[in-house]
Amino acid sequence: MDINILAFGIVKEFFGGPSIALELQGRLTVAGLKEKLEATYPDLKRLRTYMVAVNDEYAEDELVIRPEDEIAIIPPVSGG
Amino acid sequence: MIDIKILNEPLDTASCIGNATDAACGGTASFIGVVRDKTDGRKVVRLEYECYESMALKELAKIAAHAVESWKINNIVIHHRVGVLNVGDVAVIIAVGAAHRAAAFDACRYAIDTLKITVPIWKKEVFENGEVWVSPHA
Repeated sequence: MDINILAFGIVKEFFGGPSIALELQGRLTVAGLKEKLEATYPDLKRLRTYMVAVNDEYAEDELVIRPEDEIAIIPPVSGG
Repeated sequence: MIDIKILNEPLDTASCIGNATDAACGGTASFIGVVRDKTDGRKVVRLEYECYESMALKELAKIAAHAVESWKINNIVIHHRVGVLNVGDVAVIIAVGAAHRAAAFDACRYAIDTLKITVPIWKKEVFENGEVWVSPHA
């Protein structure tokens, strides 16, 4: 089962587009997702920080991702 | 009254301030964020804003609700523009109406400071000789 991961700001450049698909195998937490993504897209580790949003809310590392969740990678924001 | 919008068109400062004000308000405080012509001495050509709209609206609503709750303000208007902005364009307007000025000033300051930390909106600065996604230090 693939989950869709949205990218914004500079993360779009790392992913090469506005979203990527990732195969969801077994139990995956937000921390596990970050580890997986950083292995494929090491540029993520160069960011000062970044967050994962699940269903429009900032997610804690322990949260378990479900196939129906909307996932987004949130690099440091710069609105205003 | 809480009025939150993310718009792809020029913002209307006068109507935001007007909408934040009612008969019970003794004062309205506002913050107008404008595109500056230089960053670290480099000439800015334009800014390109993008947002994660569904989440940004939710985070803005949290800021507005917290401001109403904490300072007992009457009204708060937060309008943020996205898309391509040129020097001098208004990027964000926050207007707060309250019975007394201290609450209006404090809530307005809280709203813009928190917006810059929590709301998923990003800007790319385009210079004459390059471009960069802004990543402010917290």
